[in-house]
Amino acid sequence: MNAAASWFGRVLKGFGMFWWDFLVGDTPEITVVVLLILGVVALASEVGHLNVLAYVALPVLAIAALTISVARARRTKP
Amino acid sequence: MLATVSASTTTVVLVLAVFLAASVEMVEALTIVVAVGHTRGWRSALEGTGVAVLALAALVAIFGPALVRVPLNPLRLVVGAVLLIFGLQWLRKAILRSAGYVGMHDEDAIYEKTVASLRAEGKSVGRDRVAFVVAFKGVFLEGTEIVVAVLTLGTSAHRLGLAITVAAIAVALIAIIGVIVARQLSKVPENLMKMSVGVMLVSFGTFWTGEGLHVRWPGDDTMLLVLVVLYALVVAVAIRLARKPSALATGHA
Repeated sequence: MNAAASWFGRVLKGFGMFWWDFLVGDTPEITVVVLLILGVVALASEVGHLNVLAYVALPVLAIAALTISVARARRTKP
Repeated sequence: MLATVSASTTTVVLVLAVFLAASVEMVEALTIVVAVGHTRGWRSALEGTGVAVLALAALVAIFGPALVRVPLNPLRLVVGAVLLIFGLQWLRKAILRSAGYVGMHDEDAIYEKTVASLRAEGKSVGRDRVAFVVAFKGVFLEGTEIVVAVLTLGTSAHRLGLAITVAAIAVALIAIIGVIVARQLSKVPENLMKMSVGVMLVSFGTFWTGEGLHVRWPGDDTMLLVLVVLYALVVAVAIRLARKPSALATGHA
């Protein structure tokens, strides 16, 4: 029973680590801005019914995420 | 008429994205398998590859039909967000490589490194466990990225069968080329391919995140092409602005 629980724990931890590395890894700024995108676009589209703002904000914020991430990498890799 | 053009736009971008993503990951996996095969023998290398391919096929068989049953809007929202993160990570890496901040992915260097570390291991008698594990890990890890691209793009576009077929063709083509040219995989313009895939993943991610949140895109699916052009331009400008003076001198692409 204990062996099975420990095996299951290891699998669960490995699964969690895989997704953490995959979605966050060494670029947490990208994940944070994508979560921000979801919030802003959901507010604009679903709550405020501001369709134009929603479809403009989406790519603009994605470009901002890329810019921030590249700038951060340039600072750490002189 | 407009609906037909929109649908074919999605299909063309989907086919291109899956084909390039599968090709670029297959080049990386093949480099490892060829290094293992040449150094420690082909039997265990091919066994490791075969088991990894079966494991990847099982992932598609398990998650593919399950994802197809998820309602389209929530699926596109989750897949869109994942593709945005995944695609932006690819673009960041490609920009930093082109700008000279990170070394280009060098298949020859990876080949030599893998060969050196495999030679350092003692030879096994009978089935070579080291060769099996290295080949399995190489194929499974690179293959997981192909599986993620196939499942996310295929299910969200309701074209899972097409995505699987295109990925299989890309993998088979690269395998054939790999067999013919053996170690000349370094000639593949990997960074340019990664950049193109990144642009398409971010475009799909943007489009489907919007669809999942009930955004009405002007021009419907045709907007996907506009996004591809927009992100490609942004990447070109970013490389120019971020480029290191030393990269300019050595002529990084």
